[in-house]
Amino acid sequence: MSEVVASPVPMPAKRRVAQLGMLAFAVGIIMLAYANVGLAVDGKIPAGMLTYGLSLGGLMLIAYLVLARFAPWADPLLLPLVTLVNGIGLVMIYRLELSGRDEAASATNQILMTGVGIVLFTVTLVVLRDHRSLQRLTYTAGLVGLLLLISPLIPGLGREFFGARIWISLFGFTIQPAEFAKLALAVFFAGYLVAKRDVLALAGRRLLFIDLPRARDLGPILITWGISLGVLVLQKDLGSSLLLFGTFIVMLYVATQRTSWVLIGILLFVGGAFLAGQVFSHVGDRFQIWLHPESPEFYDREIGGSYQIMQALFGFGNGKILGTGLGQGHPEEIPLAYSDFIFAAIGEELGLTGVMAILMIYALIVERGLRTSLAARDPFSKLLSCGLSFLLAWQIFIIVGGVTNLIPLTGLVTPFMSQGGSALLANWILIALLVRTSDAARQPPPQAIQNEGMTQVFQR
Amino acid sequence: MNGTLKRVAVACLAMFALLMLNANYLQALRADNLSSDPRDQRNFYERYSVQRGRITAGGKVILAQSKETDSTRFRFVREYPEGKLYAHVTGFFSPESASAIEAARNDLLDGSSSDLLLRRSIDLFTGEPTRGANVDLTIDPKAQKAAYDALRQSGKRGAVVALNPKTGGILAMVSLPTYEPAELSGTNKGQVFSRYDELAKDKSQPLLNRAIGQTYAPGSTFKALTMAAYLEDDSSRGPNTTVDAPQRLPLPGTNISLPNYGGAACGAGQVTLVFALEKSCNTPFGDMGMKLGYDKMRELTEKFGMGQDLAVPMSVARSDFGPEEDKAALAMASIGQRSNRTTPLQMAMIAAGIANDGKVMKPYLVNKITDSKGDNVEEAEPEELSEAISSETSAKLRQMMVSVVNNGTATLAQVPGVEVGGKTGTAETSDGKPPHAWFISFAPADNPKIAVAVIVESGAANVGAEATGGHTAAPIAKAVMEAVLK
Repeated sequence: MSEVVASPVPMPAKRRVAQLGMLAFAVGIIMLAYANVGLAVDGKIPAGMLTYGLSLGGLMLIAYLVLARFAPWADPLLLPLVTLVNGIGLVMIYRLELSGRDEAASATNQILMTGVGIVLFTVTLVVLRDHRSLQRLTYTAGLVGLLLLISPLIPGLGREFFGARIWISLFGFTIQPAEFAKLALAVFFAGYLVAKRDVLALAGRRLLFIDLPRARDLGPILITWGISLGVLVLQKDLGSSLLLFGTFIVMLYVATQRTSWVLIGILLFVGGAFLAGQVFSHVGDRFQIWLHPESPEFYDREIGGSYQIMQALFGFGNGKILGTGLGQGHPEEIPLAYSDFIFAAIGEELGLTGVMAILMIYALIVERGLRTSLAARDPFSKLLSCGLSFLLAWQIFIIVGGVTNLIPLTGLVTPFMSQGGSALLANWILIALLVRTSDAARQPPPQAIQNEGMTQVFQR
Repeated sequence: MNGTLKRVAVACLAMFALLMLNANYLQALRADNLSSDPRDQRNFYERYSVQRGRITAGGKVILAQSKETDSTRFRFVREYPEGKLYAHVTGFFSPESASAIEAARNDLLDGSSSDLLLRRSIDLFTGEPTRGANVDLTIDPKAQKAAYDALRQSGKRGAVVALNPKTGGILAMVSLPTYEPAELSGTNKGQVFSRYDELAKDKSQPLLNRAIGQTYAPGSTFKALTMAAYLEDDSSRGPNTTVDAPQRLPLPGTNISLPNYGGAACGAGQVTLVFALEKSCNTPFGDMGMKLGYDKMRELTEKFGMGQDLAVPMSVARSDFGPEEDKAALAMASIGQRSNRTTPLQMAMIAAGIANDGKVMKPYLVNKITDSKGDNVEEAEPEELSEAISSETSAKLRQMMVSVVNNGTATLAQVPGVEVGGKTGTAETSDGKPPHAWFISFAPADNPKIAVAVIVESGAANVGAEATGGHTAAPIAKAVMEAVLK
């Protein structure tokens, strides 16, 4: 019988079982890697392996159940992928801690922070039932973002480490507020640009071949953006300023669909970088070091030289195709290997193979986020998820590119891998926002019920 | 918005593609270039990352071994349980270099040799860490200890080499002064290098293995070889053949003449060959050398190994009879002076060749190499270097050298109950220092088990007679022979 059933809209699959399987797989890989480190360094399986493995597995199960209950249509890939990179970062920090070289490397701390991160992830999902409510908080988010950025400059609150004043001390905890400010500013940019994108794109004057929007439309956002950059430059946080600048330009481009913004952005960046290179000697040096890291002049310099980047490159060189194996290389030779330079440690011990795999995982996370953006039904969701995904991609590009000497080095953490609570927590919230958005985007639209006259049900 | 979004997605992919391309460039194309940078400390740690094989003597005494540490940077450190006693045999394993056996057999000790490819492949699949092969030496620990103690007692610089005459295996090799190999094998570069500099600058040259790395004028011990050439030249000659033994031998083409040691007379103008050897008269041997001619002398020295580059496996300094000059020079060279230079090992080879029916065996130090599981990788096979002299000549010469020990200048080398053959020597030094004392010997004469060469630098001080080599060097050789024979 050939009966043609008109299937109205193809239903996106929930894929909950596949997600659970992938999560278990990710936890399994992490536990094996953990055992591998113990066997390579001490010749025995680490004592805490079962405890850590079970607690990580338990936390992931909770996250999974919350996700299945509160965001059933969410993208099934995001959580397992993030779990895997987070776990590999944990294993690497544990391995660096075992080497005993860096007092600051602490796997226990990072595991604790991962736990808090997963809790924040679930809390975000439970509390924020509809991310579009964030749109109502556009200006609040902007203000919060600015305050967070400025907070390290407040005397008595701010703390300075490694020459950058980007930490604050609160209730005995050291927090890097810029990490959270990024999220708030992304929300602000998305909300503001959605509201103003038409006037930004249409009303304005044409100067040469570029359409310039009216100052009163662009004003608030330019001011916010300008203050953010100014503050970050004052704090000598080049990485974060580059990160916010790029994200802002891309969101502006997506919102207005004007290529001219990208050109203006690039011009501004090149001009700014050139000016900074002239004014600040350390910025100019960064550029020279990028061109000639192997030069003895930079290598032997006590402070601000190329010793660190060269140690990272030696690490990559020693890793070759297959890596030395976890626990069998010497990533502890790289200063700050547990933090900004964790990717070099991965390159040394897991080799090109591991580097490619982890870049692939990151690329998948980013592209799943952008796919959510494509599928989202309202402009705010589109812009927010695009902004968050690009934030992640751009951050990975800046830090991994810097560590591999593809671009001049600016300090940033490697998302989910570097040791550091603030970045980890902020990134877990970022993923929660993406999951929330993807749940809304993939939810099948309510079907028109036949024979109910003209009544249509809409979901807001 | 989807159009621009797609472009952003493509841009993100392009960024990841760039990162991946760059990673490939770094880790595949530039990897070797980067990892060979001398500023990379990892190369230094790499040296200590594998368990190097053991070096043993006689299959049981451990001379060098790698011990596992708790450090993740230096997983294994090198230990030398016997310390100075074997320093010139084992050598050291320093952060950037190595010496002696540690250097000569490095690829097997650290497991990188292609001979161990099979072992490594098996280890790869069974998951066992790569370990180096173990090197067992031909050294007889008793002989080594006896040689070291006896030479040290003399309080002088010098060297002792003992060979198994039938195989060429080196039974003892001592050079004094020496050093503590552990001091040069530590992982603290600064400490090791400054200690090395100290030793390298030391005028007594403790880093020099005098047994194989230094040549000396062989002095009267060389007369054994001149005698061999003279006997070999005419088979009718024997111990009792008489030769001229003037008080001074006029040297043709010059207005000087060659005296005996201390200007003494040697017999009554005519002496038997055995008497000439026993008393180590200079004039008859100078005369013999001139009569035989440069070519015959040189040919025989080469058959005993002189003029050749040897490796045991450490390379041995080249011993040489010297270039062809006038008759006067030939006469001097024939009593072991002039440009005639030999290593202590070379002199031991001469003694061993005479003892072993004229057959000179190639000297070697490595007896056996086994992989970490005990399977043989390499086993020494004794190799004949040459048949230097006929069996008859060798028998006559042995008889005469036994007589030197029993009745001549070397009575201090007598071992009760064993027939010992030997020859003393005193080599004049050019720089005005007291002459070196030499002694070569073998025992037992009828079935030789050991041949020894001893040199004591400036060992002839304060002794005004030709018997000086016999005074200081012969007792050392005796101690070594006793250690092996008992």
